Amino acid sequence: MVEQISSTDSEWAGTDDVQFRFRSDEAVDHPAVTVDAFVGQTNASAVRVEPGDDPRDLLPHLGRIALVEVNFPSFGDGRGYSAARILREAGYAGELRAVGDVLIDQLSHMRRCGFDSFAPARPLDEDDAQRAFATWPEVYQAAADTRQPIWALRHGENAGG
Amino acid sequence: MYQYDSYDQQMVDARVAEFRDQTRRRLEGKLTEDQFKPLRLMNGLYLQLHAYMLRVAVPYGTLNSTQMHMLGTIADKYDRGYGHFTTRQNIQYNWIKLEDAPDILADLATVEMHAIQTSGNCIRNISADHFAGAAADEVADPRPYAELLRQWSSFHPEFTYLPRKFKIAVIASETDRAAMRLHDIGIRIHRNDAGELGAAFYVGGGMGRTPMISPLIRDFVPLDRLITYAEACLRVYNRHGRRDNKYKARIKILLHEMGAEEYASQVDAEYQHLLDTGIEPPFAELERIRAFFADPPFVDGLGDDLDLSDQLFAQWVRQNCHAHKHPGYLSATISLKPVGGIPGDATAEQIHLMAELAKEFSFDECRVTHAQNIVLPHVEKRRLFALWQTLQAAGLATPNLDAIGDIIACPGLDYCSLANARAIPVAQKISQRFADSGKGDRIGELKLKISGCINACGHHHAGHIGILGVDKKGRENYQLLLGGSEGADTSLGKITGPGFDEDGVVDAVEKATDVYLARREEGERFLDTYRRIGMEPFKEALYG
Repeated sequence: MVEQISSTDSEWAGTDDVQFRFRSDEAVDHPAVTVDAFVGQTNASAVRVEPGDDPRDLLPHLGRIALVEVNFPSFGDGRGYSAARILREAGYAGELRAVGDVLIDQLSHMRRCGFDSFAPARPLDEDDAQRAFATWPEVYQAAADTRQPIWALRHGENAGG
Repeated sequence: MYQYDSYDQQMVDARVAEFRDQTRRRLEGKLTEDQFKPLRLMNGLYLQLHAYMLRVAVPYGTLNSTQMHMLGTIADKYDRGYGHFTTRQNIQYNWIKLEDAPDILADLATVEMHAIQTSGNCIRNISADHFAGAAADEVADPRPYAELLRQWSSFHPEFTYLPRKFKIAVIASETDRAAMRLHDIGIRIHRNDAGELGAAFYVGGGMGRTPMISPLIRDFVPLDRLITYAEACLRVYNRHGRRDNKYKARIKILLHEMGAEEYASQVDAEYQHLLDTGIEPPFAELERIRAFFADPPFVDGLGDDLDLSDQLFAQWVRQNCHAHKHPGYLSATISLKPVGGIPGDATAEQIHLMAELAKEFSFDECRVTHAQNIVLPHVEKRRLFALWQTLQAAGLATPNLDAIGDIIACPGLDYCSLANARAIPVAQKISQRFADSGKGDRIGELKLKISGCINACGHHHAGHIGILGVDKKGRENYQLLLGGSEGADTSLGKITGPGFDEDGVVDAVEKATDVYLARREEGERFLDTYRRIGMEPFKEALYG
């Protein structure tokens, strides 16, 4: 289990804080830098995207990124979902971590948008979280995960717009 | 109409289970009210002045009789024996207990219904022309496209925490009966010069405190690219819509600040990008959905003659019936605006009766209109008199569609925690006044709309006469607006001047209609006269 992290502690980007991870590779162990710093700092491999950042600024540099943290300062700010999908649509295959105000009831959508690790500011109840990840037996839309949308299941393998 | 397959049913059932779990965690204190609020809102549950209010989705306003019966059953079982049909073609119940809400959703799921995304900062229930599939002037039934969008927008992983709520309406005729250009996205299905069907996208309309009529963003999106284009529209909004001020967070403000051209160009770039990502359902899916909306088995060869010798019946036919695409049929509107009544309210008994009539007279189908009435879309003319007699006996045959008695009103301060003033008593007084004097019949078409606060749920901006309730130093005060319209000639009403108290605004409405009656020319509606002579004569009568 992870330690309780106080809301005033801003330096909590280490891997210790990751509560759920859906990857088998080694986690990056150095702190993420801001998008601005990252673009000008060629040896960084971890970057942190804030809601107001344009994730497309990272696209020329995807090859050297091992970790993108997308920060949710408040769970009601949904820009991070678009940021995640944009990165995955561009082919980013590294770790995509949701950090900040990450709560139980947003986990399933975050997963669908391509997040594969989760570092909630406050640890989540394990049972509730596992149930949340499994909320949807099927899905209506194509997104950044590999799930077949219901329309594809209805019309067979060769379906697709 | 559309029927769920096992996938649709699974999704709705999963939602009920999810909400039951969320409610449990809330009651156990694992979720704070701030955390729970958006979750319950996305299941239609509001905390109002006196109790919880539950808003049930009626996708594109279409119901079968089993579903309509269930709405009556819920009114009896969990509420106080009535429900309130809303301006977005839904129904809401005003006296709900939180702990009952999961059970109500479970009951709804048994008849392929739900309360998914009837509130919250997400894509709301999709609305459509209430005469869809029946109107003589449509190029196609708009509902298959609305259903395709319903599935796409349900539990959309990227667009569940938008800057603000997001409303989509779909029409497929020149005449706009769904206030399409007052939605965040209005879609009009039409044919291009080559005869192909496609979708015109209007984006950034809305009412609320900053009313705006939406500009056309793209004239023709091919039908097999609808979802991709909609996704692009939403992504640009999700990323760039304002989140610093909830009153500036709707997409209309983004378009206003960014400019429609810049927005369209960003959407186009996103659209071009998304075209390669495989997010569009196959055309076969649209065809599958379309098959559910095939015409019911209309009887051919029926006559169009109607015996109008009964005066009351004749008046109801003229006022409440609409031309149908198939010879021998009409669409009949059941007014939920009895004289002096509460606009849009129906008792459980009335709801059950309307369900039976839908089954008996209209191929098991009825519609909720955004004007808070119920439509029986496909009625044989030869059986219209029998239908009318039943409605008449039940007090449901008020012949006032689109007349001054057909008032749209929000729940106002009688129920709503946002309201500044009551809307219902004002509607009741106006309805009563014009019925008693007989002026209502002389005036003809006059759309009167009342909102109890600037959020404009009562669509006051779009009323030929609009009334806006405000709080003035602790007292209810009502501003009067003239000249709004929601149809093909969409316009926004203008405020006449200083507001009135409750009785004063009823008098003011009468004065405004007196100006119209004195000044109208042959064939002019109130709106036409206002547009011709302008505000001054009305101001003179009101304040002179």
